[in-house]
Amino acid sequence: MRGSGTPRQFSTQLAVIGSGIAGFAASIFAVNRQIATAQVGNTGALAYTTGYLDLIGKRGGAVVVDPWQALASLRESEPKHPLSRLDAGDIRQAFTEFTDFLGACGLAYSAPGTGNLTALTPAGTLKQTLCMPATMTAGPRALAADAPCVIVDFKGLKGFSGAELVANLRQRWPQLTTQRIVFPGMERGEIYPEVMARALEVAATREQLAAALRAVAGTARLIGLPAILGMHRPDQVRAELERLTGREIFEIPTMPPSVPGIRLRELMQQVLPQKGVTLIPQQRVTALSFEGDGATLALCDAFGPIRVHAQAVILATGRFLSGGLEAHPAGIREHLLDLPVTQPADRADWYRARYTDPRGHPINSAGIEIDDSFRPLTGEGRRYHERLFAAGVILAHQDWIRGRSGAGIAIATAFKAVTEAERFLAGRQAMVPGAPPLQCH
Amino acid sequence: MSSDATTLETEVLIIGGGVTGAGIMRDLALRGIHSLLIDKRDLCAGASGGNHGLLHSGARYVSTDPDAAIECRKENALLKRLVPQCIETADGLFVAVQGDDPEFADRFPALCQHAGIDCGELTPAEARRLEPVLSEKLFKAYRVPDATIDPFHLAMLNVDHARLLNGSHYRPHTEVLRFEVAAGEIRAAICHDHLHQRRLTIRARQFVNAGGAWAMNIARLAACADVHLLYAKGTILVSNDRLAQRVINRLRPPGDGDILVPGGTVSLLGTTSTRVEDLEQVAPTAEEIDRNIHEGAAMIPALAGARYIRAFSRVRPLLQTSGATDRAATRGFALLDHASQGVDNFCTITGGKLTTFRLMAERTADLVARRLGNDRAGLTATVPLPDDEASSWADPVAAQKRWHHDRDPDDMILCECEMVPQSAIEQVFANSPDIEKERTIDLIALRTRAGKGPCQGSFCGIRIGSYLYDRGYYRDATGLAHLRDFLDERFKGQRSVIWGPQAAQMELAEALHCGLLGLDTLEDE
Repeated sequence: MRGSGTPRQFSTQLAVIGSGIAGFAASIFAVNRQIATAQVGNTGALAYTTGYLDLIGKRGGAVVVDPWQALASLRESEPKHPLSRLDAGDIRQAFTEFTDFLGACGLAYSAPGTGNLTALTPAGTLKQTLCMPATMTAGPRALAADAPCVIVDFKGLKGFSGAELVANLRQRWPQLTTQRIVFPGMERGEIYPEVMARALEVAATREQLAAALRAVAGTARLIGLPAILGMHRPDQVRAELERLTGREIFEIPTMPPSVPGIRLRELMQQVLPQKGVTLIPQQRVTALSFEGDGATLALCDAFGPIRVHAQAVILATGRFLSGGLEAHPAGIREHLLDLPVTQPADRADWYRARYTDPRGHPINSAGIEIDDSFRPLTGEGRRYHERLFAAGVILAHQDWIRGRSGAGIAIATAFKAVTEAERFLAGRQAMVPGAPPLQCH
Repeated sequence: MSSDATTLETEVLIIGGGVTGAGIMRDLALRGIHSLLIDKRDLCAGASGGNHGLLHSGARYVSTDPDAAIECRKENALLKRLVPQCIETADGLFVAVQGDDPEFADRFPALCQHAGIDCGELTPAEARRLEPVLSEKLFKAYRVPDATIDPFHLAMLNVDHARLLNGSHYRPHTEVLRFEVAAGEIRAAICHDHLHQRRLTIRARQFVNAGGAWAMNIARLAACADVHLLYAKGTILVSNDRLAQRVINRLRPPGDGDILVPGGTVSLLGTTSTRVEDLEQVAPTAEEIDRNIHEGAAMIPALAGARYIRAFSRVRPLLQTSGATDRAATRGFALLDHASQGVDNFCTITGGKLTTFRLMAERTADLVARRLGNDRAGLTATVPLPDDEASSWADPVAAQKRWHHDRDPDDMILCECEMVPQSAIEQVFANSPDIEKERTIDLIALRTRAGKGPCQGSFCGIRIGSYLYDRGYYRDATGLAHLRDFLDERFKGQRSVIWGPQAAQMELAEALHCGLLGLDTLEDE
């Protein structure tokens, strides 16, 4: 029965709380450093990512072409911004490690470059991002070259309109056209990207789709599709469709929940346990306490209560969507430890009058405070606990939405938090020889 | 109508597209009189669209304004018969909770009886059986024939019927700038057409000012100084769920947070009342929100923890009488013929309330018809409003019923909260007024339930935009600018109630609209 009985006990060196990009990045960095790790937290919000990994795409409402240069100016104007507290070399290494890991697990990504890539959105607008899935990279190249290209959309797929893409890109991309086709076996009614992606894991569907694409491609050298090219082996699905159609093919993200986000989630859930991570992905930690010799996470799954004992903890619980922060009428609170949250003085100041104000809303910069080792601070400005670190968009003094820097903050701060946790663990290990390995009592 | 596009002619120009203006248009049409109805924004943009949608039994006014109570009681009965398609006969309760004045509660049935309003006492246990959300601290409860009415649907039906009857015409986005007056008569209204950004002259024999809260300003354009209004700002919250089946009123003299009205799948909690001077800049404040919830929770404790999806404020025009407080100011209406102001073909109708719109329209039409030498009697008390296919998409219940009935798997639902399919959009376009040449997201938002559910347009706005691109109605970046403007407009209603799950919803919406699509920086892309 849920919540009753003797808790199952796990011991580990590092516990990561949160299963968004920051949480998964932390586990990847920990795995790469041979740190025994347990990761806990609901993965819901990951499906809302597009697959693009932004570092800094906008500053003060203006397009950022070179995020590394923007980082330097950010350091000047916003020293409290989490990215301002990190070394540029570390940020680059964090992106490299993260994308290499995904690539090695079968989800190829472009490596972080010297500048941003110009990425396509489903509305036909453009955005700047640092890395993208290999399935998407041909689109920006074709845009830059004004290559003859057809966007193919599907009868029954809502919210993805080739006509909309063409209407909004026509001036920059005169050779862009669009065609609508029926997805093989889905002739009637509404169809969904996730279902289409899983259908394309089947060879016969790929052949039928390729035939339909060939029929409408005309003189186009490239074919742009919504992000539906398979769930587990998108690079192979793409390669095969390219072979069958004789055209270069690329994906464009769809409205969330999107296939590229689900790919990331499914990949992590499959790979991390293989790498030795204790992954408890669908449960929320209900309590976190610190004793003399470690921290204890309390949670429950379908089989009953669980206790995870860890030497160090990374809090990567996200903002309101993931539940790390809670907005109450009386103020914003941190969910797990009630850490003090830096926030506007009054609820009336949370949001500006205009929703799409390019300056962003003050509530977006609310969050928890940390010291230079990324340990959360108490109201008095002291470390909450030497074993506690924090990463991701729960940190104060950043607006990841207006800055187009969500993945960047997640990956870079996770890298820093793991580095600091590793240093802490190494210090403990030096004092107490033979630190406990991962055990299940 | 003149062939010159910038000059229009009609028998009667009605200024103000609230329910009263729409009602006057239909009333005149039933007497064979042609009219043109204009609004500087669109139907029900003022107080007509910014209220609970309550069809008063009259019981609310029995202690403060017995005459208004009697008017309400009569109109309530009439409208239930004549426009059942816009009304949900929900019934109403008046409840007193610990701390409320027991003497007032005891006097209530007699006051109702005096106004002829049906009022039956319930035991607290009976009341709580009917509405389990009621507080345990309830000590008195009465049942009255309150109901709810959809003002948008109502206005559209009136306008459509007038069009069908004699080609009377409705024109949104048309604002009066000044009047041409000669020999004691208005000859023309000089207007600005906001949609096409051009000047428009409208000639008519009679001019009617149904400007609601703006009536005093409009009257002054004709040098009429006899309209005296007070402006009371009211703030109302909309909950994510329907919390009660009936209208629930606090049994005490009118005050803040004293009424919860069901509206389809949601409930509306109101109302604070604050005197304001500025008619244009009204938005809910955190303080008004908190006060409504605090007061409402005394009656219905669940309101304290409920999820709210939006809040809105509108200005009610109250007729100025010396010495009275805003709450006690008359809810009656005034029809001014302006004869004392040296203008013979102009009148102003203002004050009143949604429940009495038909009566207000009838009195106004009586005057206008008399002045035109038309002696036909008003028919709105006897002729029911015919149904109209397109406007039923504005009705939450009818829309869902129709979708289930006509279910075609290829007719995809674009607004999933409120079940608005593609076919609804085509139908709205086919039936929209001629001026609306543009097929925009805004038009869909006004004339269907799209964007009015829990997601407040976050997702359906994008889907509807894509659909309009697919159909070729948008061919450039205009569609994205319209999408942005639509979302900015919806946000005005959300802004003051974003906490709890709404904050999560907002984070997701902003990530999508700004982070991905870049709607916050459209111009410089």
